[in-house]
Formats: sequence, structure tokens, C-alpha cells
Amino acid sequence: MTTNDELQQQLIQDLLIESFEGLDRFDREMLALEKGAGTTDTPNVIFRVIHTIKGTAGCLGLTKIESVAHVGENLLSALREGKVSVSPPLINALLAYADALREMLRSLETERHEGEADYSELLRRLQDLNCETAVPVPSAAPPAPAGWGLFEEEPAAETPVTPPQTTVAKVLPIMPESEPAARTGSGGNSANAPSAADSAIRVNVDQLDKLMNLVGELVLARNQIVQHCGPAQDHGLLAASQRLNLITTELQEGVMKTRMQPIGNIWAKFPRVVRDVASELGKEVQLVMEGNQTELDRTIIEAIKDPLTHIVRNAIDHGIEGPAERRAAGKPETGMLILRAFHEGGQVNIEIMDDGRGVNIVRVKQKAIERGLVSVEQAGRLSDREALNLIFLPGFSTAEKVTNVSGRGVGMDVVKTNIEKIGGAVDVVSDSGRGSTVKIKIPLTLAIIPALIVTSGGERFAIPQVSLLELVRLEDDQKRKGIELLCGTPVYRLRGRLLPLCYLNQQLKLVPATAGQLAADSAQADAVNMVVLQADGRQFGLVVDQINDTEEIVVKPLGKQLKGISCFAGATIMGDGRVALILDVLGLAQHANIVSEVRDRAQPDKARADQTAGDRQTLLLFDAGASSRMAIPLSMVARLEEFPRKSVERSGDQEVIQYRGQIIPLIRVADHIARVGIPPQDLSDPMQVVIYAENGRSVGLVVGRIDDIVEEVITVKRDSSGRGTLGSVVIKEKVTDLLDVSAIIRAADPAFYLDHPATLAA
Amino acid sequence: MSTRKQFCTFSLNGLFFGVEVLRVQEVIRYQEMTAVPLAPSMVEGLINLRGQIVTAIDLRRRLELPPRTGDSLPLNVVVRSDDGAVSLLVDEIGDVVEIDDDAFERKPETLTGVARELVQGVYKLRDRLLLVLDTEKTINVTSPGGHAPKSVS
Repeated sequence: MTTNDELQQQLIQDLLIESFEGLDRFDREMLALEKGAGTTDTPNVIFRVIHTIKGTAGCLGLTKIESVAHVGENLLSALREGKVSVSPPLINALLAYADALREMLRSLETERHEGEADYSELLRRLQDLNCETAVPVPSAAPPAPAGWGLFEEEPAAETPVTPPQTTVAKVLPIMPESEPAARTGSGGNSANAPSAADSAIRVNVDQLDKLMNLVGELVLARNQIVQHCGPAQDHGLLAASQRLNLITTELQEGVMKTRMQPIGNIWAKFPRVVRDVASELGKEVQLVMEGNQTELDRTIIEAIKDPLTHIVRNAIDHGIEGPAERRAAGKPETGMLILRAFHEGGQVNIEIMDDGRGVNIVRVKQKAIERGLVSVEQAGRLSDREALNLIFLPGFSTAEKVTNVSGRGVGMDVVKTNIEKIGGAVDVVSDSGRGSTVKIKIPLTLAIIPALIVTSGGERFAIPQVSLLELVRLEDDQKRKGIELLCGTPVYRLRGRLLPLCYLNQQLKLVPATAGQLAADSAQADAVNMVVLQADGRQFGLVVDQINDTEEIVVKPLGKQLKGISCFAGATIMGDGRVALILDVLGLAQHANIVSEVRDRAQPDKARADQTAGDRQTLLLFDAGASSRMAIPLSMVARLEEFPRKSVERSGDQEVIQYRGQIIPLIRVADHIARVGIPPQDLSDPMQVVIYAENGRSVGLVVGRIDDIVEEVITVKRDSSGRGTLGSVVIKEKVTDLLDVSAIIRAADPAFYLDHPATLAA
Repeated sequence: MSTRKQFCTFSLNGLFFGVEVLRVQEVIRYQEMTAVPLAPSMVEGLINLRGQIVTAIDLRRRLELPPRTGDSLPLNVVVRSDDGAVSLLVDEIGDVVEIDDDAFERKPETLTGVARELVQGVYKLRDRLLLVLDTEKTINVTSPGGHAPKSVS
């Protein structure tokens, strides 16, 4: 049975939730009004928010909230009736008034009473504003709309101006906040259609989490049932298990969706933040938000709220200049701040762009040297991109003076740590004088992540895909020559760069051996499987017994008994119902001393620095053997292989090779792009071969040397300079030709693109 | 006036233990376990309890008793804690007994070792003694290694 006290608490809880949402809406509409962007309905919406709060508070005996709300309501009523006009003092007073209500509500939430703060000065301000109007509104009889009688302490004193909408006020705060942009887009205004409001209910998040857990269990039970039913002859049972299978999948997706929230939910407060910060600093800033509807898991939404706020404040404080400075620079006085969110490649991208002065790289370097974060010599070596990343170092702040808004030096490093904690990445791009952009990439959800499953010492482990760069398998000769020892520490040469190796079974003490012994042992094994990982900007190779598969796993936390083991980020339940541990790549790297615990970010890794703007493409760079560097998109590459020259055979006039049970043609790229006067060099032995696959057919492109894999924005600088190329681009300060793969294949093997079944690659 | 309490009882190396029934979520037979490398030795592994991942603590090792012999499998006594459920591995499970508070006696001062820390007190039953475990202390095992706990999301 619910006691009266519990009921009261429940009602207060509802009041709090509704009122906070309502006040957020109040802020938004207020700002719209200030900009002159409000609709005729805007004053009504604002009024209704306050009216609801006042009514509910009155009903619950919260007299202070009620009386404060009441004063503002009078003013709003006058505003609604056009008796007062919108002016900056009015807007300021009403926003302060909303804050006062918030303060009391918060106090109610935490301390269970309305707080001791004195609002009489604010109330006088509101009353004065109201009195400036020609017709004073009698304060004793607030206009009360009809149809909302439950919490009304007195009968409606006036005929409501807009009776149809006011009835909606009751259900108004139930919907998740729809964004202004979406709202205008859908043609409606903020008075939600009753049908929409009626079709949404509040659900406790714990409840959703519980459901999520249960669905995970159901999936496992389903898997077992389906497995058992496989050999069964009973048609009824088979049909039922199939149906169970389908329904479970749908249910799983459905429950997943319930946890998703549009990012607009946290962006909703930014117009207010921007306005406050900008006016405090005497700047003019226009905020544009794109992609409000981009959905994220609620846990992620929570985690990025503070970092985003910080970045936004920073952008206004440090990025956007004051009006005078902007005018001097030939820019419009009003600065632009653009928030953009979009999905890309299973991740959510958030960009915060401003058109301010950009980051002053010289100052950044100076500051970093002053603070002792880098040495003068180090700073001199840093590229602009690397220097920009200095702002993420702990204890760094470029602000000339510490303002109230930002610049306490606890900023960007905390932002970075928080974002990395949820498996995201943050990057800054700056164009001096024209603005800077902070880019954040975060996973869609923390609950379910893609992971690579590996086996080591007989146990399975999951490696989150975000830290995974590539997989390397060394067979036969390669494994003996590939892994070298550096004072007992194994390393591997990956495309000319030394990659430190660590053995998972040794790190986790699954075998009592040293890395050196294991490296020696691996020469005896059939093959060495290496997972190339990135942690804190460093790459390293993790040697495992077996690489199994990639899977979407449900992340579950470990109990406190195991929290101290930095190598694990959690655990998950595999398809067979057994538990597997999730590796924490950064923790593992620290455990293996690959990255020191004190983050040394002074020399950001190239790979990280390369992540810049635009339409990026991952390219495989190679030397074709004709002394020019060439590139092909990595997406076209199936595998990179080495073949001894002696394994090349001939079929007709075509060079072929046996590869994984197929006979594939070999094409010497150098022959097809030969320049006049430069004879093709002798090919190395073993030959470096790029396996290219399309429509189930493969072809091997023989190249001189594989150089690197880079991510670059491709802008063709020069059109095709010779046959076999699409054009030239500059990659890493070197002219690189883009290989026209299809032209070369067509020239070498006209049958490759024909429709009839492959004869060579059958 | 005396109150009565219910205890879930189990045996361990011939000793008779009990935990308050309200602390016990359930008792289940032996489950397949995933060992956790680098974990404290008393952590036997992780079990999948209907989708919840539960740490299993070998109570013999926790109480510094000799290891289990023979091929009988231990049972899981799953207890609730602030940090989620934790399983205690025991030799055999006994009845739920209801005992009068009068039968309680504080642990003797002469008790030594881990038991002194983990045993709350003793109930004098007619034929034997029931050692009552402090579950919070029992499951309070922290992992070794100097690495600060990382937040797990």
C-alpha cells in the first residue's frame, strides 16, 4: 500500500521532472523570442510552462515556488496579451526568474525543501516590468486557463486567450524534447498534438536496463533452443523455434532502440549556455545546430554532456573574437558556432565549429614550453597538427587571462580523458584567423560494442574493435625472420616500422615464460597471429594463439574484486553462455610497459595526427618498382602477400600463382606503368603481391615494395600522367600516382570483368 | 524477549558455517567458470548467472583452509552485496535453520587468522557450532597490482 507520504514524494518527483523539462523549454522559447524568431504561440508556450509549475506546486503545498511562479506568471500573462513588449531587460529578468525556479526545484530535490534563498529583488524587477505597462494586471487574480482545474486553487478568472491549446498544457512535458529545428521542420509548433503526447510515457531507465539484460539472456536461451532443434524432426517444434528466433532478434533490436536518445536532448541547453557566455564576454554568437536527431545510447549521452559544454564554452571564450576585433578582421560581428552530429561508420561524429580566430599555434608552443610540457627543441620539431594536440595536455591553457568562463587549465585534457574513457577520440583542426573545429568520434553505444575474439592459453578474450588496427599472420619463413629480439624484447617490422610485441599469454601469466622464450617458441609454431593495436597513440602487436571472429558483444562490468586489474575492461557472455573477459587495450599496454602510465603526449603519434578533415580515404602506398610511388584505395585490397619467385607458374602467356586453392593471375604493375627511359627494376624476392578481389575473382598485383597505409584526403592535383594511372596526388609531401586498377587488370586479363563464370579463379 | 534469525548453512572442510538468509540470493549447483588471469587467488572465476556476470570466490582459499580434494564439485551460494551478486563456493549445502538470538556468542578472542576477521560470531546449536560469516568482509577482496582501478563503462 502506498502511504500518503510516498504519494506526496512521488508527486514531487513528477513535478521535478516535468518542471525541469518545462524550464528548459522555457529557456529555448525565450531565446527564440529574443531573436524575434518566436511564433505567435511562443508566449503561450512560455506561459503554460510556468502555469503548470505554479499549479502543481500549489497543489502540493509548495507555497514558495507557487508564489514566485505566480509573479512571473502575471508578467507572462501580460506578455501573452501584448500588454508588455519584448525587451532585453524583460528577457534577462525572465531568464533569471527561470533560474530562480530551477534553484528552488533543485533544493527541493536534494534537501527536500524549497531553499532559503530570497528572491524579493527579482520579484520586484518582474513586477516593475509589469507595471510599466499601461494596464496593470491585478496580481491577486492570475489569468487561469480553463480545462486544468485539478490543481487550480481558484476558478478561472479570465477567459483564456487560447483555450484550445491550454488544455494541452497538461500533457505538454511528457514528450522527449523535440528540437526547434525539427519542430519547424515538421510544420507543427511546440504545442504537441495530443495524440503524440498521449502515445509517450515515462519509463525508469533502470527498467530499460533490466529489460536489456533479460533480452540478452533470452538471446542465449534462443541460441540453445535453436541448436537443439536443428536435428529434430518435429515440424511443429522447428517452426516454433524459428519463430522464437525471429521474435527474439526483433525484440533485441527494439529494446536497444529504447535506450537511444537523440543528441538534441543535451543540445537543448546549449542556446542558453551560448547566450549567457556570449553576453558575459560581450560577444555576439549565433548558434546553429545540425543533426539534432542523431541517436546515441543514453549512457553515452550522459558521458559527453560535460565535455561538450566545455568545448562550447571554450569556443566562445577563446575562439570567437569580440565584435570590434571581428569587424577589424573583416568578419561579420556576430560569430558563428556550429554544432553538428552525424552517424558515420557505426560511430557518431560530433563537430563543434567556430569561425573565430583559430588556435594560435605559436602561442600554443610557447605556452607548452613555459609550462614545461615540452622542451624548446621538441616544440621546434612538432608539426602544426602535433602542436595543436598540445592543448589536450594536462595543465595547459592558452587563455591570456583566466576568465570566469574557461581557462582554468582543467579543460581540454579532462575533455579528452572523458571522451577516451567511453572509447571515443577527440581532435582539433584549426585554420588561423578563420576558426577551429573540434571533432569528436564516439561509439554509438557502450552496452554493445564490436569486438574481435581471440584465444590465448585456452581462454577467449574480446578486444574492442576501436583499438584494433590490423591483423598480421606470419607463416613459415616469415615467422622465423619476422620477429626479432632487441635485448630480449621481441619486435616486428611492420612496413619498415618497428612494432613492439607482447604476448597475451605471458602478460596474463597464463604461461610461465619470458617474452624472449615465447618469441623463440613461436618460430616452432605453425603460425604466429598478431593483433596490431593502438593505445594512447602507440601501436603495438599483441601475439595471441588464435584469432577467432568479430562479434557484437554486450559489455558487463566486473565486480569490485576484479576492478583493480587494469588489463580488463569488463566481461561479456559469449554465444555458448560462457563468460569471456574484455581486454582493456590501454591497461594492457601499460601493464606491458608499452605506454608509460604518465601519458607522454608530447610526441603524438603520426597515425593520430593524420586524422584530419574532409573525405578521407585509406590508401595503400607502394613502390611499383618503377621508382615512382603509387597508391590504391585500401578498400580494393583483399590481402597483402609475399610469394617466393619460384612459385610463379605460367599458364599460356599469363603468369599465375597458386593461392588458397585458386589459380590467380599475376600482373606486374611496373610493366603497365613503365615510364619512357626508366626500365622496370628487378623485382624483389620474395615478391610483394597485392591481392585484389572483385566478384569472387582475384588477381595478384606484383609491386616492388609496400610502403605504408595512410588516411588522406584525395584531391587530384594533376590529371593522368601516363597509362595505368588516374592522376597524381600529394601524399606526405611526395607526389604519388593513383593506380587505375581496373584499367590495368583489363589490359592484362580482359576476361576478368566479363560476366561469364570465372575460369581462372574457380 | 528474544528474536529469531534464519541462516543458510553450509559446510566447508568439516566446519559448519552460516550466512543470514536475507543476504542470500540463491543457491545453485556448480557452474562452468571462466578463470580471470591476474586475479587474487581466492577468485575462482566468473559465472554467468542468467546474464549477470558474477564473481565466484573460493571460500576455502578465502578462509585459508586446505584445498578441496576429491572430485566433488563445489556449490555456489550467491549472496547479495552493494556491488551486485557474488558467489561463495562451498563444499556442501545444509538446511536453512532458525536460531534464537540467545544462542549467539561473540567469537572467542583466541580465534586467529582470517577467521577472526571474517567470522561474526558463533551460535551454539545442540550438536554443533555454527560460525556466522560477515559476508561484506568475506567478499571484500581487492586485486593485487599497483594499477589504479580503471573506470569501466
